[in-house]
Amino acid sequence: MSGFFKSSIGRKVTMALSAFFLMFFLLQHFAINILSVFSPDTFNEVSHFMGTNPLIQYALQPVLLFGVIYHFVMGFILEFKNRSARVVSYAKNNGGANSTWVSRNMIYSGLFILIFLIIHFMDFWIPEINTKYIVGDMSGLHNGSFRYFHELQEKFVPIWRVALYCLGFVFLALHLLHGFNSAFQSVGANNKYTNGLKGFGKAYAILIPLGFIVIALFHHFNH
Amino acid sequence: MNLTLKIWRQKDANDKGKMVDYKVTDISEHMSFLEMMDVLNEQLVASGDEPVAFDHDCREGICGMCSMYINGEAHGPDRGVTTCQLHMRMFKDGDTITIEPWRAKAFPVIKDLVVDRTSFERIQQAGGYISVNTSGNTQDANAIPISKVAADEAMDAATCIGCGACVASCKNSSAMLFVGAKVSQYALLPQGQVEAVERVQNMVAQMDLEGFGNCTNTGACEVECPKGISLENIARMNREFLRASLKG
Repeated sequence: MSGFFKSSIGRKVTMALSAFFLMFFLLQHFAINILSVFSPDTFNEVSHFMGTNPLIQYALQPVLLFGVIYHFVMGFILEFKNRSARVVSYAKNNGGANSTWVSRNMIYSGLFILIFLIIHFMDFWIPEINTKYIVGDMSGLHNGSFRYFHELQEKFVPIWRVALYCLGFVFLALHLLHGFNSAFQSVGANNKYTNGLKGFGKAYAILIPLGFIVIALFHHFNH
Repeated sequence: MNLTLKIWRQKDANDKGKMVDYKVTDISEHMSFLEMMDVLNEQLVASGDEPVAFDHDCREGICGMCSMYINGEAHGPDRGVTTCQLHMRMFKDGDTITIEPWRAKAFPVIKDLVVDRTSFERIQQAGGYISVNTSGNTQDANAIPISKVAADEAMDAATCIGCGACVASCKNSSAMLFVGAKVSQYALLPQGQVEAVERVQNMVAQMDLEGFGNCTNTGACEVECPKGISLENIARMNREFLRASLKG
């Protein structure tokens, strides 16, 4: 199997598998975040569960981190290899005649998502890790009540951050518009269900990032 | 029609190469693109210049030799055709047409518009065949039951003429549509099962060795392929490779 991971197809497949994991995580992340719009108390309780459950914290969280890092690193490795496969560029290339803009620019949408993720980690994940594992406060409380909803609202007060997050979600949508179905093709799933899956993929790629945008705007205007 | 041609000229593999402008006049819209190139070359020879070198053979879309990147597309703006089947009616009087060779590290330029596509041959040699005794004792192929669906899909894959338009069109210079077709045409048939594991592993290994890029599923290859080879063949190759890796 070592040859598999070094081969072009093997790398495609592992990129797709990490993409599946990240897309599933995104759905779960959205499902929790949307609770903050409808029920702050439920959002607090679910956030506390996710933030303190040992299985999630010590098993799934490291897998998620590995998945994120692997997807980015392998993406850059493949991009570098692909660029080196054409030493001389075309004087005239009409890429729009045969492929979509999003499919040809995954590296750029991916790069913007990486920048967004770094900011997102600095905003939420690193303070959370600091509170729980450096300071040692696993209570999830602030002034006697759960702090999660309050912290979320505070983050979306500055308009620049809301704008940046919205832009990040737009790039996420662009990335998913190609990435969702591309992942299925990479693992060899191209069959009678493919057309239906393409429709589902487009809906996922638009609705989930749009949902995140709605959440960010909701908290900005309802603070 | 009168046209301005911007053509890649390169003396040999070591030459740096450059785009050179030419004018051609009185081109009939009924001419094929290669006939237009013939007119240009007659003009160049008459004026004592070196004619433009380009690959061609059957001129009826089945040999896979013609290979020009015309106005930013492999085999030009028409669909389902090779350059020899591309008609000048696809262009307008006064147009400027940019003509370049296939661009890929695995397809080095030999001269002008001619590229070395022997990397495809080496991929074929790595496993694109079935080992049968052809000494006269070969079993009649029709004696082996094959479903109509499988036979049709195998035939569709086998229509790949190996022109390299897929590589030329792909932003990554990936050869996966070609290799996918060649793997598929045997993977779909009972005759191809005996060597299935070695075939896909060896052909993919050779493809990687030749320096082709990786497929990112843009679908450009499928659109530009003169034979309409489907992306399903790449998916099938991926499945075959996965299966072979698990077995091997």
